[in-house]
Amino acid sequence: MRVALQVTCVNDAMFPDTGKAVVRLLRRLGVEVDFPRAQTCCAQPMVNTGYLDEAVPVVRNFVDAFAGYDAIVTPSGSCAGSVRHQHALVAERSGDPALADAVARTAPRTYEFTELIVDVLGVTDVGAYFPHRVTYHPTCHSLRMLGVGDRPRRLLEEVRGIQLVDLPQAEECCGFGGTFALKNADTSIAMGADKARHVRDTGAEVLVAGDNSCLMHIGGVLSRQRAGVRVMHLAEILASTDETEGESDGPVVGERAGDIS
Amino acid sequence: MNARDDILRRVRSALDGVSPAVEVPTAPRVRPRDHADLVDLFDERVADYRAVVTRCSSDDLAATVAAALDGARAVVPPGLGLDVAGAVVDDPSTGGHSAAELDAIDAVVTRAAVGIAETGTIVLDHRPDQGRRAISLVPDLHVCIVDASQVVADVPDAIALLDPARPLTWISGPSATSDIELDRVEGVHGPRTLHVVLVG
Amino acid sequence: MSGTFVGMPAFPSAAREALGDTQLRRNLAHATRTIRDKRAQVVGEVEEWEELRLAGAGVKEAALRDLATHLETLEESLTRAGATVHWARDAEEACAIVARVAKSHDVDEVVKVKSMATLEIGLNDHLEREGIAAWETDLAELIVQLGDDLPSHILVPAIHRNRAEIREIFRRRMAAVGRPAPDDLSDDPAALAGAAREHMREKFLRAKVAVSGANFAVADTGTLVVVESEGNGRMCLTLPDVLVSVVGIEKVVATWSELDPLLRLLPRSSTGERMNPYTSTWSGVTPGDGPQEVHVVLLDNGRTRALADEVGRQALRCIRCSACLNVCPVYERVGGHAYGSVYPGPIGAILNPLLRGVEDEQTASLPYASSLCGACFEVCPVRIDIPSVLVEQRAAVVDSHRSDRVPKAEAVAMRAAAWTFSDSRRLRLAERASGLAGRVLGRFSRTTLPGGRAAAGRLPGPAAGWTGARDLPAPPEESFREWWDRTDGGRADGEEGRS
Repeated sequence: MRVALQVTCVNDAMFPDTGKAVVRLLRRLGVEVDFPRAQTCCAQPMVNTGYLDEAVPVVRNFVDAFAGYDAIVTPSGSCAGSVRHQHALVAERSGDPALADAVARTAPRTYEFTELIVDVLGVTDVGAYFPHRVTYHPTCHSLRMLGVGDRPRRLLEEVRGIQLVDLPQAEECCGFGGTFALKNADTSIAMGADKARHVRDTGAEVLVAGDNSCLMHIGGVLSRQRAGVRVMHLAEILASTDETEGESDGPVVGERAGDIS
Repeated sequence: MNARDDILRRVRSALDGVSPAVEVPTAPRVRPRDHADLVDLFDERVADYRAVVTRCSSDDLAATVAAALDGARAVVPPGLGLDVAGAVVDDPSTGGHSAAELDAIDAVVTRAAVGIAETGTIVLDHRPDQGRRAISLVPDLHVCIVDASQVVADVPDAIALLDPARPLTWISGPSATSDIELDRVEGVHGPRTLHVVLVG
Repeated sequence: MSGTFVGMPAFPSAAREALGDTQLRRNLAHATRTIRDKRAQVVGEVEEWEELRLAGAGVKEAALRDLATHLETLEESLTRAGATVHWARDAEEACAIVARVAKSHDVDEVVKVKSMATLEIGLNDHLEREGIAAWETDLAELIVQLGDDLPSHILVPAIHRNRAEIREIFRRRMAAVGRPAPDDLSDDPAALAGAAREHMREKFLRAKVAVSGANFAVADTGTLVVVESEGNGRMCLTLPDVLVSVVGIEKVVATWSELDPLLRLLPRSSTGERMNPYTSTWSGVTPGDGPQEVHVVLLDNGRTRALADEVGRQALRCIRCSACLNVCPVYERVGGHAYGSVYPGPIGAILNPLLRGVEDEQTASLPYASSLCGACFEVCPVRIDIPSVLVEQRAAVVDSHRSDRVPKAEAVAMRAAAWTFSDSRRLRLAERASGLAGRVLGRFSRTTLPGGRAAAGRLPGPAAGWTGARDLPAPPEESFREWWDRTDGGRADGEEGRS
């Protein structure tokens, strides 16, 4: 099976450690991923802001970059949702039947990474070790657009050492919403503040989720509040082992991002 | 172009090229139960709305209704088929009671067309044993006699039995509102007390 | 007698103001939480809820796709049953018809059943200008009307008011328009409902003309349906001599039996009850029972515009239950007034632009009043895919500006992003620049995220929208793709992909 990593533009530019964690985790599970260099973005920012014409060349770039793979795996429920549910809309807008055909091939092969691990690889114990108090926020698109269900939770429950605590009103949106966070910044922050309050109420040390964009928002609020809670992508926790504990992924390290890799 | 023709033209043009054929999935039905269970469920679900439910045999009906009225002066429809002491009959052939006259009467006794177990609903179709819509609306106490044989399982069963040409009133508990802080309060404009007498 | 939505600012600024209203925030948080829980409980009771939703969506969709036929059938059935059918292209025509009927009976007042269609067309103001007082009889509508306020919710228009505020409104305003509130009125909801009962009753008993809407209109039988709780609907539909019902053309269902899924879906989704206290149905005139003169006004007012929209058409399936408002995290925080329409919340964010177009700035801001979280679609009893329609309406907004002489800053930014994302070489260059910025920030930033990563505190310009209340991680010096190339996907540095 040829598997391609769709790292996502946000992870590529802002959160490379998440991409590295997916590579390390899948390698541990016996899957070597390719990283098609031509990839950029899934076009969700354009589509969700209403710029459908602008999304056409981006989707075209996507289907070209990922043509020929059996599976495309991405550490983002939101980007997987965009590929599976919005690319067809963009192709229709383009009026190009060839693009529609290409989308029909890539879209159903795109998996959010917990779907790939649980459904395709059939694994829930990924051999991870993470001895911290953690709470999980199911992001809206993974929950409602993709329906990843309890897969992330099942994976987390198998992590050794973890103390997993329930997040109150977990299924309520954090208020990120892409350009919503800027166009309606006040409302976005009001929602983020409530989410941050629920996170703090759990007494967790780490908030985990499957989408770094949501985490950037909630984490940004928590950081501004000096709440003493860090945010981590689910892949980074699942990639953690006895060896990595206390190193780059450990919450105790005070190094700066640029020095990590 | 008049408004009618203009609107119909706009509708047709909006749907130009749209196929009118849509498969409508059949609405699911609740699991079948024994009729006795249905009657019990009806009893329970009506009571859930904070309505009063009294069960009795047909022999005890007159006494049960009298007890439910507890001396209140009642209006009854012409075809009630039950003697209610001191009650006035609303006779539509002579125009019936005015709204103001009904406002001075404490209670009403009617029968019903159907009872729905799943939702605890009684439906009136305002035949002569139930009377005009106004009489079961203005007085503050509604005593409604439902025969156990009239209880059906769910909404679709009721809809199949009812005649839409008649005016229908579906009643689920006493008048209520949730308009203040989404707190349910019984008793606004309709009868503040609903007393269902379930016979058989 | 009532406020107006005309001249409301666009959503973001209206929302900013609403977010600062502490009492509103508290009232809404409490009310939406209460109703959500109630809904969840009674929906959970229905084993085949999803199948019921499919059936409900199917019934409405089928009716819409053959709407002209059903409207003609409805007109015929109603006429046969003794009703007079009128057609109104827009608000003005509809209001004029109602006023004409009322005036033909020489009345100076009408009683009203809560109706979204009559709110939408601004009927009360129109009647007032014609010298006719329109009394709202639903408790929440009464609160709004007495308070010179605007509705903020489809089901519970006064959801933004708490019991103490309602008590004050009743004490100050009831006397001027009828029976005053009792001197010792408390803020107990039962006492407040009792005061409304006493106040309204004299109006019900003397009313000659009533105005209603309808939840459903059954084509083959000419039956109108009103779903309510308090009994004010029954009063209006039963006691007056004349009844005028203003019915949106999308309220049609084809047959009597098709009411079934809808009458099961609506109360559970709306008030969180197995069934609402009262549902009234009537087909034209019943001799000797109820109004002997019955009018039905079939209203377009933008509905055919929405019907022509391939994606947006589904919004006309809406049965006005409000479940989408109650679960919406945006609505919960800003309330209904910020949407500037009688249709607030997620459904309002699509219905208003579909009915009116996106030419004015306020309406054009509504499709963006959502984080696209999808909670609305999940609860919608007729399965309106609100997030998809929101995105489609955003595209309509963007497309309406494509020929602008000076493009908006957002359009410029989106085009630049699209250009960058259309070729990975461009993206690589952009990431190098951001890596440099990250290096600078890493060196000089005094903000550190929990866990140690450097961050930007407050930034100027467009970034201020983000950093006003949120820290922003500094970009890493090395992007993922640079790392992949440098280490051959982690294989070359001998660390098995470890960073």
